[in-house]
Amino acid sequence: MEIPYNSKPRPDTGLYNAKVGIWLFLASEVMLFGALFSSYIMLRVGAPEGTWPAPGSLLKVGPGAFNTVVLILSSVTVVLAWASLKFNNFKQYRMFQGITIVCALIFMCVKAYEYHDKFTHYEIVLKEGVTHYEGISHGTGVRSHLNLVDGHLVNQTEDEITLTVHPHHDDHAGHDHGAEAHPEEHDGDHSGHDHAEHAHGGHDAIQVTVRKSDIAKMESYGPWHSTYLAIYFTMTGLHAIHVIGGAFVIFYIWGPGAKMWKTDPERYVNRVEVSGLFWHLVDLVWIFLFPILYLL
Amino acid sequence: MEATKTDSHHHGTDDHAHHHDPGFWKTYIFSTDHKVIGIQYGITSLLFMLVGFFLIACMRWQIAYPGQAIPVVGKILEAVLGSEVAPGGIMSSELYNSFGAMHGTIMVFLAVLPLAFAAFGIYVVPLQIGAPDMCFPRINMASYQCFLAGGIVMFVSFFIPGGAAQAGWTSYSPLATVIPTDGQTYWLIGMVLLITSSLLGSVNFIATIIQLRAPGMTWMRMPFFVWAQFVTAFLLLLAFPPLEAAGILQLMDRVFHTSFFLPSGLMVAGQPMAVSGGGSPLLWQHLFWFLGHPEVYVLILPAIGIVCEIIANNTRKPVFGYKTLVYAALVLGFLSFIVWAHHMYLTGMGTKISAFFQTTTMIISIPSVIILTCLFISLWGGSIRFNTPMLFALAFLPMFGLGGLTGLPLGFSFSDIHLHDTYYVIGHFHYVVAPGTIFGLIAGIYYWYPKMTGRVMSEFWGKVHFWSSFIFINMVFQPMFAQGMAGMHRRMYDGGATYAGVADPLTGEVVGIPQKFIEMNSFISIAAWMLALSQLPFIINFFYSITHGKKVESDNPWQATTLEWQTPTPPPHGNFDKPIEVFRGPYEYSVPGHDADYLPQNEKLEGEPKTEDAPDAQPAPAQ
Amino acid sequence: MAGDAKDFKTYVRPYLMVFGVLMLGTFLTVAASWFDFDAHFGSHWVNMTVGLLIAVTKASFVVLWFMHLISEKQLIYLVLGFTCFFFVGLMGLTVWAMQDFPNFTTLVGLD
Repeated sequence: MEIPYNSKPRPDTGLYNAKVGIWLFLASEVMLFGALFSSYIMLRVGAPEGTWPAPGSLLKVGPGAFNTVVLILSSVTVVLAWASLKFNNFKQYRMFQGITIVCALIFMCVKAYEYHDKFTHYEIVLKEGVTHYEGISHGTGVRSHLNLVDGHLVNQTEDEITLTVHPHHDDHAGHDHGAEAHPEEHDGDHSGHDHAEHAHGGHDAIQVTVRKSDIAKMESYGPWHSTYLAIYFTMTGLHAIHVIGGAFVIFYIWGPGAKMWKTDPERYVNRVEVSGLFWHLVDLVWIFLFPILYLL
Repeated sequence: MEATKTDSHHHGTDDHAHHHDPGFWKTYIFSTDHKVIGIQYGITSLLFMLVGFFLIACMRWQIAYPGQAIPVVGKILEAVLGSEVAPGGIMSSELYNSFGAMHGTIMVFLAVLPLAFAAFGIYVVPLQIGAPDMCFPRINMASYQCFLAGGIVMFVSFFIPGGAAQAGWTSYSPLATVIPTDGQTYWLIGMVLLITSSLLGSVNFIATIIQLRAPGMTWMRMPFFVWAQFVTAFLLLLAFPPLEAAGILQLMDRVFHTSFFLPSGLMVAGQPMAVSGGGSPLLWQHLFWFLGHPEVYVLILPAIGIVCEIIANNTRKPVFGYKTLVYAALVLGFLSFIVWAHHMYLTGMGTKISAFFQTTTMIISIPSVIILTCLFISLWGGSIRFNTPMLFALAFLPMFGLGGLTGLPLGFSFSDIHLHDTYYVIGHFHYVVAPGTIFGLIAGIYYWYPKMTGRVMSEFWGKVHFWSSFIFINMVFQPMFAQGMAGMHRRMYDGGATYAGVADPLTGEVVGIPQKFIEMNSFISIAAWMLALSQLPFIINFFYSITHGKKVESDNPWQATTLEWQTPTPPPHGNFDKPIEVFRGPYEYSVPGHDADYLPQNEKLEGEPKTEDAPDAQPAPAQ
Repeated sequence: MAGDAKDFKTYVRPYLMVFGVLMLGTFLTVAASWFDFDAHFGSHWVNMTVGLLIAVTKASFVVLWFMHLISEKQLIYLVLGFTCFFFVGLMGLTVWAMQDFPNFTTLVGLD
């Protein structure tokens, strides 16, 4: 029993089945990510003045921009791969699609690095009245009325934690706890570019070792830290799942599923086109995610 | 039309002996045949409907006789779920809340939606458009498996420590987030699986209807049931993803301690919550109801489609206003996306936005009324056959009418202030879904049973089923309007006893719910149990008739015009034994000049011009 | 085969041009974020608008050319048209609804 119009398009609609199916699915994905973007707007609009982090302060723009380039490149190779097949050049298709898959892997590696960076970035709130950590309250980004040590994990023992603390770390991710957040002054030179430069242990970074007994609260910059990070991890996490899924499907068609090129080439090309369309959606979402989460 | 003599088959059996034998597993469990999958959906959803009914039957005891042990069942609950939640067979408030939340969830997502949309749709739609199967048979199978997985997760949640979800089927945060037991997490995971299943199904439906219509089956020749399923599929496709997003966010809140729906300064049990804050409970409500409202049209449209088929068939005349029905359904689907905040009038929204949603809500009642009116007028001048499916279909009309009319005071914010979250709302939506949709679905079961099994269900017991259900279902839900207007709120586990009216000793004025409305609880509960008993003849009839029912004499026992009746009984793999071509609309009954009082869509008449609308005739429109 | 290669190059030239546009767009969007519109216009909204405009432009190029939407069939336009309408509805109406609550993410100070 044959399902009609699997390969050949239906005359009155001009489409083959899988193309109708994939565009419908993409419409639902637009609504899914659209709802998350709407949530982002809600949370940002509702955030009290000064509590939303300045661009580049928590997320480095470099890896984000690099990932954008990688995904756009993969978008081109996916369409070049399909075009190669249309010109009957299977070897060239294999090459281009291979690049697509490699790009996906690179993207995931960079993402993994970014996630790891945030999970090893800690905010320590010292107990009331703790004053014996020298140099902390001066010029290292600690608000003067709260005892904070903020930096990346270097080492941890049973009674101590050592962090690399960065200067001018304007973290506006408000931990509200019912207390009012005092926004830091945003002068002209504290642009996103500056932050990116300093965030990675610039020359002013110092190492601070804190005794665990002095810690009132310690939290990493995970999704629990603020709504900004929450929406960042959720959206990029869901996006990453789509990257993995899409890359897997493309890989399957490229590798084990390539037999169909010999048995039913037209349907094979359709599969490549349809999986490419999904991949483009993945790229599209990132085109919006990057500026919204990293730059604005 | 020559009747094809076929052996009486159990539903789901395909006679593969002369082809290849795929074996038991591929035929019944991992089948990609839409008829098998439709039946799988049907059986699973009916089982879940029984579960949902059982939950409310238990709850109705607690409502009517608060604090008293449930007879028989109480001991079983205590044995299975533990003495913490059912001490001595008495339903605790936690158990009441979880039964309530799950009753709603199961009935909406595991019973009515899969039965109306998936079961009937997947079985009937390919047949009605003349297709050999759905567009993507393996995705069809995957969608059932996702559904089953989601259902199992939901069901299993009853038996974990702490029990099932307790925050209502609406799962509002912060309550849903802060409840420490795992039931709500299971609910969220179950919902993600169910939504995935729905999305796979919607893509399949829309692609099938667009691409696989037989030659001559133009859009305006499709049976209205197919149009209804088409619109329903679009509603599911575009409205479910925001709920999936919300579910993911709430899962993040529960598992990773984010604060998407938790505002700053939230105190739980006297302690400030150790979360970042900065979220909004209203965000959950908006995302939930963005699905929630189209969802109710998803629940009603397939049933309207079924009722339309049955009315056309049993009045022996074309349905009144076919084109009007189609356009009304399309407009209804479109508008359903922009009315959702009428579920949120009491959240303190401003007058401008409230006015917007009131306006769209009032406008959406117009296509509903148009559809109902067309169906009512269709009866005029008909040669009505009062068989069981027709009785249920006829009853649907005034019941849906009542449900719809009682929605009007809820659609206006000024009256909704009084009625929101009361039993009036329960009465309203149950009227549309229970004597509304479910009656439509039952009608569909009686109607398509002969095609699926080759036998007819007993007419006598069908009528017993109908009259008892009809009487008792009205006895259950009618008093709820009065209770609601008297101020009885929803989800109160003692039946309103806490708020029972107390007469002021000086003035005699009663403050609170007057006693007579509280006394209605036992009346309603008894009617509900009688309604449950009334389903027994149906269940027995259903199974008994598979093997002992009267065999049909033809493939088209109802003498219907639509394509599903032009197949062998039951339809084989591939559905049609010869190529299908369609020449006319779906309801050509009592055509002047024709001997029989029905003219099937695919019957070729002498001298009829070749259809110009076949898909091969016209190329795609130029860009 | 040589002829094929030339035809292929001609066929894919639009894609490569779009790639160039996207790279330029990415550079512009990062550069625009460095330029502090806040100080000049006194509001972060300009920054946002510029960033989103660039994003929408890049997205349009991907959709129109990489996803072949510019030469796609009417049916697909219909589906996407409705989707966009409902997406805008969801976003717009929800934002509008929230305007009546100045501090909807906090309970602090609501005595």
